[in-house]
Amino acid sequence: MLPLAASDASLFSPEFLPRLPQRLVEMILTNLGAAESLVSIAGFLAAAGTVLAVFLSAFALLSLIERKILARAQNRIGPNRAGWFGILQPVADGIKMLTKEDIVPAKAERLLHLLAPILIVLPSILALGVIPYGREWTPLPLELGLLFFFAVGSMTELAIFIAGWASGSKFPMLGAMRAISQMVSYELPLMICALGVIMVSGTLSLPRIVECQGGFHLGFIPAWNLFTPWGLVAGLLFYICSIAEANRCPFDLPEGESEIVAGHMTEYSGFKYALFFMGEYLGLFAISGLGITLFLGGWQAPLPGLDFVPSWIWFFGKLALVIFSFLWIRATYPRVRIDQLMRFAWLCMIPMSLLTLPAAAIWHFTGRGALSWVVTVPLLAVPWIITAMIFNRRLSPATRHYHFAE
Amino acid sequence: MKLPGMGLLEGLAVTGRNMIGSFYKKERMTTVQYPEERAPISPNFRNFPFLVYDGDPKTGLRCTACAICEKECPPQCIYIVLERDENGKSLKRPKVFDIDLSVCMNCGICAEVCPFDSIYMDGEYELSTDDRFGGLLFGLDRLSKSAEYHMKLRPEQASAVMARRKADEEKKAAAAAAKLAKARADAEAKKAAGQEKGGEA
Repeated sequence: MLPLAASDASLFSPEFLPRLPQRLVEMILTNLGAAESLVSIAGFLAAAGTVLAVFLSAFALLSLIERKILARAQNRIGPNRAGWFGILQPVADGIKMLTKEDIVPAKAERLLHLLAPILIVLPSILALGVIPYGREWTPLPLELGLLFFFAVGSMTELAIFIAGWASGSKFPMLGAMRAISQMVSYELPLMICALGVIMVSGTLSLPRIVECQGGFHLGFIPAWNLFTPWGLVAGLLFYICSIAEANRCPFDLPEGESEIVAGHMTEYSGFKYALFFMGEYLGLFAISGLGITLFLGGWQAPLPGLDFVPSWIWFFGKLALVIFSFLWIRATYPRVRIDQLMRFAWLCMIPMSLLTLPAAAIWHFTGRGALSWVVTVPLLAVPWIITAMIFNRRLSPATRHYHFAE
Repeated sequence: MKLPGMGLLEGLAVTGRNMIGSFYKKERMTTVQYPEERAPISPNFRNFPFLVYDGDPKTGLRCTACAICEKECPPQCIYIVLERDENGKSLKRPKVFDIDLSVCMNCGICAEVCPFDSIYMDGEYELSTDDRFGGLLFGLDRLSKSAEYHMKLRPEQASAVMARRKADEEKKAAAAAAKLAKARADAEAKKAAGQEKGGEA
């Protein structure tokens, strides 16, 4: 983290653009003669500020884009009155949330009621810090980055329960119970899929996991973890679990409006509700960022000749695609019931994710080539097809015979 | 064989078609952006009544203030005052014709019973006002609209009315012409008979 001389032109190249605020702050403070510790602290604050600025504006933009894309899927135009194509709609929403009266129920625990929204936003922002966004830009390059991510992510579930309990009324309590049971059940397959990646890459450090996915097979197929047999299954499972972790449709039972008012967020209004909203979307960014890092090769380019494009553009492009797929899924699928949800997690996702572990091991020890594919694919496909057939037969409704109508 | 999970992809294809098609296909984007655009109203839509005039709003008004609509109106929202000259003779047009829109229930009975094709149901719905009492009391100036407006609003009904009125006029003209011809023929015959008599005498 040494300060560079002002004549260093590469400081302003596109690849280094995300680092610019941090380097500028460090340079300015060093030239002013500040102490070493102050310079590094200020540098870290600048890096954190960059992450926050990028993701908070992405959150605002996403709230508008989500509404417009959902609208297009429903044959209507989204918000288009607030500015050119509705671009000022997040501003209008922000003003609305900030000027609303902050109502706390009489039976609520005031301190916990205040604490819960803060505790939801905090882990999401912390988790955003360990993800490698570019070749040169991991705000917090920890050796145990993945472990830190999951540890911090568990705080979200606790915060949801605090929100439900502290509201002091029935709907939030029920919603919070459902929310934590859902999040805990889907956390297991999430971590087991991540375990496969850790096994193959041999490290918990996220920047190094991305570097392990460099290179190309056959000249043009990238060596991402998604394009391996176990990675395909693990990546798909990770994708489904991340939808469930972020409480999004079709797994948004805790906050579905027609089911339980707003679940754990019922008794929150104004800025606290905005913080819940923000925590949910930032958590979505964090977990999709992690999925991209683990399975989609992070900031690696998809084709050999495209290295001139800065790496963080690849990362954010992949993030945009993943988020678009989340929106598409939200527009398409109905909500699952709580029993269907739990059955799916425990009876389908966990066995399949457990299968990816020996599959990853076998793939690695048979040389990671064509032979590995031939051996690993049946190991994964056969149990899936058998399980699916059992589920289809057991859970599909029987054909009805109408005795009197025919 | 249908693999498990194929239905999910078919669902995604349906919404995907909607998403892409909404940009260039009219049937996948049915939003009418009010107030810049208006949805077309159907020919049978009726709102509040209006009075028809042919040509001039003062002299071409078809209404003769017979007050049948005033009598037949169920909530009695019409108020008519006949215009009389100095001698008290009726001039067959209304001096005052008020409809209270806050009372009118858009039933259309006034249009059904009018014998002079003069009151019909309008299709205007943007009538909001902030004056609860006077703003919804429509007088003769706001109720009179031209026959061309009627034609544009309800082409079928208006053309049927115009055709019927034209046929009636032609029949009347033909009857008047026949009467005139008959009178002229009678006068001719009388003159011929008188000449003969005069010639003989």
